[in-house]
Amino acid sequence: MSEEAILEVRELTTKYITRYDEDIYAVDHVSLKLESGKSLGIAGESGCGKSTLALSLMGYYFPPLHYTGGEIIIDGRNITGIKPDEVRKKILGNEIAYIPQSAMNALNPTRKIINFIEDVYRAHDPSKSKKEVYELAAGCCNVLGLPPEVLQKYPVELSGGMKQRTVIAVSVMLFPQVLIADEPSSALDVTSQKMVIKMLKNMMDNGFIKSMIFITHELPLLYNVTDDIMVMYAGQIVEKASAKEAVFDPLHAYSRGLMGSIIVPERGARDVELAAIPGVPPNLKNPPSGCRFAERCKYAHPLCRATTVELNDIGGGRAYRCILSESELRDIYQKEADRNAR
Amino acid sequence: MPDEKNIYLSVSGLTKVFGFGRNNTVAVDHVDIEFYKGEVVSIVGESGSGKTTLAKMLLGLLKPTEGDIYFQGTKRDIRTRKKKREYWKNIQAIFQDPYASYNIFNKIDAVLLDCIRLRGDGKLPKKQKVELMAEACSFVNLKFEELTNKYPFELSGGQMQRLMIARIFLLKPKILVADEPTSMIDACSRATILDMLMRLRDEIGMTIIFITHDIGLAYYVSDVVVIMENGKFVESGPPDDVILNPQEVYTQRLINDIPKIHEEWDLSTV
Amino acid sequence: MKHTLRQVFGSPRFVVGFVIFAFIVLLVIIYPIFVRSEPLGIIGQGTFFPPGIYVNAYDTVGSEPYTLKLDNAAAKRLASRLSDQQRLDKKDWLVAAGIPENEIDPANTEKLLEQWESNYDPAVIVPGMINARRNYFVRLNASLGGILATEAAIIAEMNAETNTLEETGSVDQTDYVNINDVPNKRLLPLGTDNFGRDVLTELVSAIGTSLLIGIVAGLIATTIGLTLGLIAGYIGGFADDIVMFFTNMFTVIPTFVLLILISYSIGQEQRGAVTIAVVIGFTSWVWTTRAVRAQVISLRNRDHVNLSKLSGHSTGRIILLSILPYIASYVVMALILQISSAILAEAGLSILGLGPKTTDVPTLGLMMNWAMIYQAQVLGYWWAYLPVIITIALVSFSLNLMNTGLDQVFNPALRE
Repeated sequence: MSEEAILEVRELTTKYITRYDEDIYAVDHVSLKLESGKSLGIAGESGCGKSTLALSLMGYYFPPLHYTGGEIIIDGRNITGIKPDEVRKKILGNEIAYIPQSAMNALNPTRKIINFIEDVYRAHDPSKSKKEVYELAAGCCNVLGLPPEVLQKYPVELSGGMKQRTVIAVSVMLFPQVLIADEPSSALDVTSQKMVIKMLKNMMDNGFIKSMIFITHELPLLYNVTDDIMVMYAGQIVEKASAKEAVFDPLHAYSRGLMGSIIVPERGARDVELAAIPGVPPNLKNPPSGCRFAERCKYAHPLCRATTVELNDIGGGRAYRCILSESELRDIYQKEADRNAR
Repeated sequence: MPDEKNIYLSVSGLTKVFGFGRNNTVAVDHVDIEFYKGEVVSIVGESGSGKTTLAKMLLGLLKPTEGDIYFQGTKRDIRTRKKKREYWKNIQAIFQDPYASYNIFNKIDAVLLDCIRLRGDGKLPKKQKVELMAEACSFVNLKFEELTNKYPFELSGGQMQRLMIARIFLLKPKILVADEPTSMIDACSRATILDMLMRLRDEIGMTIIFITHDIGLAYYVSDVVVIMENGKFVESGPPDDVILNPQEVYTQRLINDIPKIHEEWDLSTV
Repeated sequence: MKHTLRQVFGSPRFVVGFVIFAFIVLLVIIYPIFVRSEPLGIIGQGTFFPPGIYVNAYDTVGSEPYTLKLDNAAAKRLASRLSDQQRLDKKDWLVAAGIPENEIDPANTEKLLEQWESNYDPAVIVPGMINARRNYFVRLNASLGGILATEAAIIAEMNAETNTLEETGSVDQTDYVNINDVPNKRLLPLGTDNFGRDVLTELVSAIGTSLLIGIVAGLIATTIGLTLGLIAGYIGGFADDIVMFFTNMFTVIPTFVLLILISYSIGQEQRGAVTIAVVIGFTSWVWTTRAVRAQVISLRNRDHVNLSKLSGHSTGRIILLSILPYIASYVVMALILQISSAILAEAGLSILGLGPKTTDVPTLGLMMNWAMIYQAQVLGYWWAYLPVIITIALVSFSLNLMNTGLDQVFNPALRE
């Protein structure tokens, strides 16, 4: 409660303008609070807006992505509306670090890793000499569990997992406040994935970064990595809860479906029936009025489509977007469980 | 349930080597396995393990360097086009990327009509063909009247994958090779796809060979799990044995590295 | 299809290129309808007539004269008789003869002539002047005889009986004729070439021929390239090896040299426009083959091709329906580039004198050839070669512009 929010986002709205001049609000009035020392996971399926949210959080807008409204506050400073050039110099790398999907492809195959790091420093802190840069880099590598020989190698000499870890390590060398990682381990095999996750946790423990936002569609990963989970659907947040609550006790019908479709190789997993939600997410060119999930929701009322549904904050860091109250929802779920048991 | 007495496909010493001389890579290394009628087998491996190469050889799309494949007891011979067509009435595939699986210039009807022709029903009157196609579509919860005259890319990923299953329904092959069929599908639609495949297996006794890197999926759906590494089979057996109680070191490490929900995910082992 | 067309014509580069090219093609088609003269017909007796309107002098004399009083008519007449060089020469002589330089103004024709008239004396020996130059001034003086005359020109007829000239009429200095009354006139916007042919008509015909050669050669080269590329790329194996063997052979041999050799061995007589087109086509397929082969190799392992195989389609059908449509846009662009390069190749051959027969039809290269042989550029007869160069550049430019426009349409990564 008394932890100060290191990143606060209020009603952030951003849109894409298509070739035919249509507006698509990929991030629609999203608010979140990230506390120092904590990590937040953003879960959702393809097209829900989580990657757009990541880009929007940095404030780095390029056409066709445009900022429409809302505020982003880092460590008390409002960074909304800053020009892209200023964002690049002052915010990226220094305040917020961003790792896009397949970040390892950013490595220039014709230059060594240490050259890459020198470039980063040249852009942000030109006062450092090459020797200083090397020492800093080697120090980071040691703390983060990367062999220092990596610095003198070319990207092609490294494996996929090693490259990804290197890029992630480089992105926090300027000690940003927040790290935003968009699917940092999806392209890797399970062992490399584990190494990446271990490194991310290491970074938080060692003070390289204060907080982390982790975006993925793989729920078991989120459960093991982040403290809180936020579920996104059609550009909106539909549920916020702690990781345990989100996975084992979801309130929103979509989150329930999502969590119900997790398959893990654990005892008893074969006997559980996988949840399926028919239909597809709505087209954001013409978002439906009212609840965006209503057309696919098992428990939908006629009222669901008629009224705009706001996030229902029930305290303790939990919120969900539905017109039904918490007790009503729990009632429905209980009745369903009883039916299935019979 | 798998029919132990009826071996649909069996493979002996199957090998595929790419490249020549010093630059050769052994993608599949002297593999032996038998697939029974109605069995669901998952071949699990990381990328580079050779599982896709194995799948292509089983399908007859790639020629093996060494080894034999026996289909229903007799040695497989697909040297002529006619023999290939006969073979492909019995074995079909679903691929990973639904968008890439279709020719973007062909309409949906064309895809289904091709299957009807492969079955040998090309000469049927149009009305009957339409009936067959509508039946296949309704099996996968698609409405044929809505699909006709549309292009595949106008559908969603899940719908396109289901259309692939409709193809399988029309052809009713004895063996289906499914190469990562759900990895590019939204989590919520995965169950539907798996469900449809299982229904097909139950109705026609189709053997399904899943090629995947997702061990969770393999555990959930298979009768037999085979772990593949660097072209070789490391371990195989029922899922409870291989996954909950792995014997080989590689398998143990693999299972250990997967994030779990009810069990502890130990990060110190890496 | 419709959507693609809309995108294509929405691309500004394509549209600009297309408009220029279409204009040229329309010119080639429509011009002969209005101007019905033989492109290779010799109309000028003499070489390199400058551009202008040629009015029959004999007819002007016989036409109805109209009297017009226009200012400066006399001054203009004087001014046109003396070229700048001649003025400077006169000034030189006068200075050498002792007239102070600041009194001589070469631009003031009347005063200059007066000074000349009063001072020039062929007998005066100017120090430092060589004999040839002295003779030049004598000739110059003679040519100006009567320049200041204000009387009319006399028209006289020879009387057959008395054998003397009898005056029949006169042409006053203020007589003008209406050009519409003059029956024989010829507009030569680009003058004539060294043979005396109307350059504009020749040029239009030449564009037509060159375009034809370009299109035929381009089609041949693209067809060969497409076929070989598809076979090599899709079938692979031994077929690929053979095709690549020939391709590599043709790569190593410089195409232009090959072109020259074949052209030379065919001999002057056999070389028609179409023959040259075929020769160019059969020697320039290499690049297209390579490009198509690379594309096909990347396509043949795609899922939809595999699925096609699993559906029992024949190889031919797979190539035609699963591979060809995917490379169609690429092939169209390759065709445009081949046409452009074929036109340039023909121009190159013709400049060397190895192009189509010079007696049949003109081509752009041939026109360049003639201009070069007869030294138009040295003598400053720009109309014989400059329009040709501009045309070749425009044709090539418009084709390449269309190609870039198409590239942007088909490859979203290149869009601005």
